[in-house]
Amino acid sequence: MTSIDSDQKPRISLLGTSAMLFEAPGELDLRTQRRIWALGQRAATWEGIREAVPGMSNLMLTFDRPPRQPASLAAALNDAWAEAEELSLEGKTVVLPVQYGGDFGPHLSDVVAHTGLPVDEIVALHSEPLYTVYALGSHPGYCYLGGMDPRIAAPRRKVPVLGLPGGAVSIGGVQTGVSASAGPSGWNTIGHTDMSFFDPARTNPAMLAPGDMIRFRVERVVR
Amino acid sequence: MIEVLSNAALATIQDQGRQGYLRYGVGTSGAMDRVALAVGNLLLGNPDDAAGIEIPLFPFRVRFTEDVAFALTGADCSARLGKRPVLPWWTLQAKKDDVLTIGVPASGARCYLLLKGGVDVPIVLGSRSTQLRGEFGGFLGRQLQKGDVIQAAAVESAYTEKEGDAAGFGVTPPSWTLGGLETSPVANPADTVVRVLPAAEYEAYEQDSIEAFWRESWKVTPQSDRYGYRLGGPVLNSKRPVEMRSHGIVPGVIQVPPSGQPIIQLRDAQPSGGYPKIGTVIEADLWRLAQARIGSKLRFVQTNYEEAVDALDELDRYMTKLRHLVGLHRGDRP
Repeated sequence: MTSIDSDQKPRISLLGTSAMLFEAPGELDLRTQRRIWALGQRAATWEGIREAVPGMSNLMLTFDRPPRQPASLAAALNDAWAEAEELSLEGKTVVLPVQYGGDFGPHLSDVVAHTGLPVDEIVALHSEPLYTVYALGSHPGYCYLGGMDPRIAAPRRKVPVLGLPGGAVSIGGVQTGVSASAGPSGWNTIGHTDMSFFDPARTNPAMLAPGDMIRFRVERVVR
Repeated sequence: MIEVLSNAALATIQDQGRQGYLRYGVGTSGAMDRVALAVGNLLLGNPDDAAGIEIPLFPFRVRFTEDVAFALTGADCSARLGKRPVLPWWTLQAKKDDVLTIGVPASGARCYLLLKGGVDVPIVLGSRSTQLRGEFGGFLGRQLQKGDVIQAAAVESAYTEKEGDAAGFGVTPPSWTLGGLETSPVANPADTVVRVLPAAEYEAYEQDSIEAFWRESWKVTPQSDRYGYRLGGPVLNSKRPVEMRSHGIVPGVIQVPPSGQPIIQLRDAQPSGGYPKIGTVIEADLWRLAQARIGSKLRFVQTNYEEAVDALDELDRYMTKLRHLVGLHRGDRP
C-alpha cells in the first residue's frame, strides 16, 4: 500500500462519490505516462464520465452522476489499460530562466540537507534534463514535469507553506514543477522564474499541455 | 443594484462551481454550501446556475440601489432590512436605499445573499464562481471590497408581486428536514457530524490512529477556509512514510500530511495532490461541513459507497420537494 512502485497491478480507488482514481503500476516514466494519456483520451468518451484528468502515472475520472456499480467502471479501466498503447504527444519546447536559492528559493537548503549534495550540484542536476509536461494540476496552468534526476528528490514538507509567490520552482518527492500563481504548497521551493502559464480568456486556457517540454536555464544562483 | 458597505473580507461570488477544467489545473470553486445557494435560487425563481454572494465574516452590510427581491440562506444570521428583522431561509423585496445588515450567525458559518436574476458577472470557463488562486471569475477574480457595486442580471418579470407578498416567504432549513447524523460514541450536540468513506490509503494507518479518527472530535483550526479545513486532534500515524505521486483529488478528500493532522480539501482546494488520503467526506455532507465554524468540532461517521450515493439521492429529493412547494406558493406550474 505504501509503495506503488513494486505493485504489478493497477490500483483503483474511489474518491467519495465524485471520482475514481486509477494508478498505474511500475515506474514513473514517459512510457507509462504516454499510456496514461491514451487511457485518458479513451475514458473521457465513456458515458457518465465528466472529465478524465491525467496525473503522474495515474488518471482520475470524475462522474456526472456516481455510478451505482463502480466495479464495472473499474473493470473497464483495467481492460482499457491492458489495451492502452503509448500515445506520443509532440509538443513545443519552452526555456525558463531560473534564479535558484535566495528569498525565492527558501527550501534549497532543505534539499541540500536531505540529499547531502552541494548547492551547485543540485542546481546542475535540476537544470540538466529536458523535462516533459506529464500533466497539469494543482492550480490553473501548473505543470507536473517528468524526468527529474532522483538524486535530488526530497520529501514533501511536513506542513504545507502558505502564500508562496507565483513562478516558484519546486521539488516534491521525485517530482518537480513551476507554480503558475501565488498560493500554498507542500513542496520544497528551490528557485523562481517569470512566466505566464494561464489565460482564462482562452478556450484552451493553459499555455502548456501534456507532451510539451521545459528546460530550466540557470540565470543566477544565490547562496 | 447593491453596494457593499462593510469591509467585505473573504466574501465572494459563487455559483454551483466550475466543471470540466480540472485537467488544466482549475479546481471547481463554487459555493461551500451548495444546498444553501440552490435553495436561495429556488426561492427567487432564479436559474439553478445563478450566482450569489457567499459571506463568511460578519457583520456584512449592503445598500440596495434599486428595488429588487433578495433571499438569505445558509447560516442563521440575525439579519435586518432597515429595522425589520429578516428570517433565515427567506426571501423579501427590498426597496431602493434599503440597507441590509447581516449579523453574526447564531449558528452556522456561511450566509448566502442572493438577488433576483442572480449576480451578473461574466461567465469565465463555464462558471461565475470566483477562482481566487487564478484571479478570475466572480467579481474581478477577487474577494469583495467596501464600495463594490454588484449588479443582478435583468429578468423578464414572468412573476409579478402579489398582494401579501410584503411579508415574503421562506422554507425550513435543510438541517431540520434532513436531520442530524448519529455517531458512536454520541457526539456533542454542538459538533458537526459528517459521513466519511475510507479512502485509498486508509489501511496505511496504525490501528489506534484509525480508531482515533472515528472516535475523537476534530477541531476546525483557525487555518481553515475555502481551500480546506486544517483539523486539530490526535496525531494520525501511518505504518510507514507514504509519498504518493500527484493525482487528482476532489472536495471532501481528507489528506494527512506527515504532521499527522488531517486537512479536508474543500472548494478552492488544489484539484490534485500527493499527501495520503485517509477518507473522503461524502459529497452529500459537504454542505454540513461548510457550516462548521472555526473553533468548533467535527465528528466522522463511517459510511459505505451505496449509502453515500443514497445520501445524494436524498438531497435530490429534498430539492425536488422544495421546488414543488415554492412552485405552489408562486402559483407556477412546479
